Amino acid sequence: MVTLNHYLALGAILFTIGAVGVLTRRNALIIYMSIELMLNAVNLTILTFSKYLKHLDGHIFVLMIMTVAAAEAAVGLAIIIAMYRSKETVNVDEFNILKG
Amino acid sequence: MQLLMFYLFGGGAILTAIIMVTNSKPIAAAMAMVATMFCLAGLYVTLDAHLMAALQIIIYAGTIMVLFLFVIMLLNLREKEGDSPSAYHSIFVQFLIITVVGYLFVKAVELIKGDKTMAIDLLDKEYGTTAAVGKVLFTKYILPFEAASLLLLAAVVGAVVLAKNLKKKKT
Repeated sequence: MVTLNHYLALGAILFTIGAVGVLTRRNALIIYMSIELMLNAVNLTILTFSKYLKHLDGHIFVLMIMTVAAAEAAVGLAIIIAMYRSKETVNVDEFNILKG
Repeated sequence: MQLLMFYLFGGGAILTAIIMVTNSKPIAAAMAMVATMFCLAGLYVTLDAHLMAALQIIIYAGTIMVLFLFVIMLLNLREKEGDSPSAYHSIFVQFLIITVVGYLFVKAVELIKGDKTMAIDLLDKEYGTTAAVGKVLFTKYILPFEAASLLLLAAVVGAVVLAKNLKKKKT
């Protein structure tokens, strides 16, 4: 029998994998993919609670998160292109002009 | 049956997510990401969120990943990242730390699992369908829906401005 905790644990694991990706990878593109993964783990959790509470409002939240994710991907990839244009690399270690 | 589907899609999602995070080639990572999105769409179906499952495939696998692949193709990345020993060292150490934290979290969730009142039972047939979600979206949440269009417009304008070559304009 599938319970609420199954889905919550899966969401937590996926979020953790995404967080590990953001922290350890140096490629800006893969960092963006990891952020998308974290957003999706949250979506899974929201849909789980939505079904658990027998309420449809969670679906609207997920729809909004998907919209924001699409907008974020468009703007973020434009930023990556601008970054590549200025330094010829997408390695985030190279971008350290704000370092004190 | 639902449990089998859960473990199938859940295991697939975790496996492909790990492949995505650990693979050194951006193209392979993007492909693993598409597989993760499909597995998550399957999980949404087990949660009776049919519209969200369809949108997940259309938006993530169909739109965002195509955008990612276009950028990978445009930038033509040849360098391999993470070749320096310090990066591998930090990957190992950080992975260890977060794995321990994640394990503890999962164990904590498993501890409270004995409660059978948490079971997700089948709801009425209407739940999660396009009609039901659309009814809520276009009545109760009409203002956020309209605001989302403004957000998308701002994102389009922002992406065009950012990706345009500003140096040419200045000279």
